Amino acid sequence: MKTMTILKYQWKDLIRGKWIIGYALIYLLLTDALIRFGGTGPKAMLSISNIMLLFIPLVSMIYGVLFLYQSREFIELLLAQPLDRKSLFKGLYGGLAIPLTAAFLVGVGVPLIYSGVLVSTDAVSVAIVLGLGALLTLIFTGIGFVFGLRYFDDKVKGLGFSLVSWLLLAVLYDGLILLLVFTLGDYPLEKPVLAISLLNPIDLARILVLLKFDISALMGYTGAVFSRFFGSGLGMSVAAGCLFLWLGLPLWRGNRLFLRKDF
Amino acid sequence: MITIKGLRKAFGDQIVLDNLELEIPAGQATGIVGPNGSGKTTMIKHVLGLVKADEGTITVNGTKLNGHSDYRSQIGYMPQMARYPENMRVSELLDFIKEIRGVEETSEDELIELFELENELHKPLRTLSGGNRQKVGATLAFMFNPKIIILDEPTAGLDPKSSVRFKKLIREEKANGKTILLTTHIMSEIEELADHLIFLVEGKVRYDGPMSELMNLKQEDRLESAVAKMMEEAA
Repeated sequence: MKTMTILKYQWKDLIRGKWIIGYALIYLLLTDALIRFGGTGPKAMLSISNIMLLFIPLVSMIYGVLFLYQSREFIELLLAQPLDRKSLFKGLYGGLAIPLTAAFLVGVGVPLIYSGVLVSTDAVSVAIVLGLGALLTLIFTGIGFVFGLRYFDDKVKGLGFSLVSWLLLAVLYDGLILLLVFTLGDYPLEKPVLAISLLNPIDLARILVLLKFDISALMGYTGAVFSRFFGSGLGMSVAAGCLFLWLGLPLWRGNRLFLRKDF
Repeated sequence: MITIKGLRKAFGDQIVLDNLELEIPAGQATGIVGPNGSGKTTMIKHVLGLVKADEGTITVNGTKLNGHSDYRSQIGYMPQMARYPENMRVSELLDFIKEIRGVEETSEDELIELFELENELHKPLRTLSGGNRQKVGATLAFMFNPKIIILDEPTAGLDPKSSVRFKKLIREEKANGKTILLTTHIMSEIEELADHLIFLVEGKVRYDGPMSELMNLKQEDRLESAVAKMMEEAA
């Protein structure tokens, strides 16, 4: 009940802040451009998901961290009211993560509708890409919250760790795995590599997209292993299951940090 | 009444509150003084449940603090630095806290009139001056008619006119039987408002008792000199 009150006021505040509208507009422009130049086929959806895989984790995580730092005095004020910490945590997280998700869905969804991609591409592919984008937003806002709470008094550290983990997970991960495979090429590595890719939500989402669109050339090493090991049906369910675990983990950790924190 | 027993808190290696034993009397104004970093704000934050004690217990009007939040409906708090969501309007903030508290009946209108906030009500909070933000904080602390009012350096950003009105309000609330807890570095303010004084140095209680006794004890007729003397003794 009190969570709903917090959500309502935060959404109002965010929409007035206008950057969330800008965030949706960026997706709108990008999607529109990709469809214009790449056609309405599955290729367009693939380009959209490539941008999404890089962009969403960064924005969500940085905003998660910054949002907590910005709300510091306000959190103090609210905690001085008869309001339990659990409701406040839910309100703060939902207050940011849900609008971010909505901005992504609207920004990408609108051009898909008016350009007719929604009709020409099969609905499941579109749903998977949009669903993954939403899930990544929720996951990385949560991770941003964990960094923000863990380094509540040290903003440089909080932001630094977020940026480094983004770089690691979004950019360097596949390269590092390839390096591992290269150096230890004489050993049976399929299972360890499989396990390692479960540790990275961005990689999981990427594998899901590629399995769905069946583009093995772009899969990278982990995707190829995944596809061969699981076949695409089972592989996709395992990857999706792990992504949901990834959603729970930062929220659980963040909530625990929030309950124990000294403000 | 607020009772603090054996309260201990450390941030890392630094002991901020060291075995604090205090009774903050009901229906009086208690001033907390002490040098910067002596633990005044940390102590207040313990009472509000913002900071969790390492050891010790705190009881607020008979309720022992154990992580529940309901007891805070009896408390109004005005923080040292007031910052609010940037785009929220003043009237929305007041409505928001009313909804959170689940209280409709408040003395909001009188306080807005007292602090002359009428023209600020529909402005976003980010455009408010520091002093006006303080006044909004004061309105939030007083409007729910709480039994306990906690004020952390309340008059720091207020102009003289508002400051005088604010102090008058505190005296009125005290006359209504409210328990008031106040920190400030302005000794004349404590002299004007407080009946009871707590002096903290490095997380320890150096003095806890009626104001008048302290003056007698230190053989000073001004609080400022008495407190300065205690600070020198502590150093």
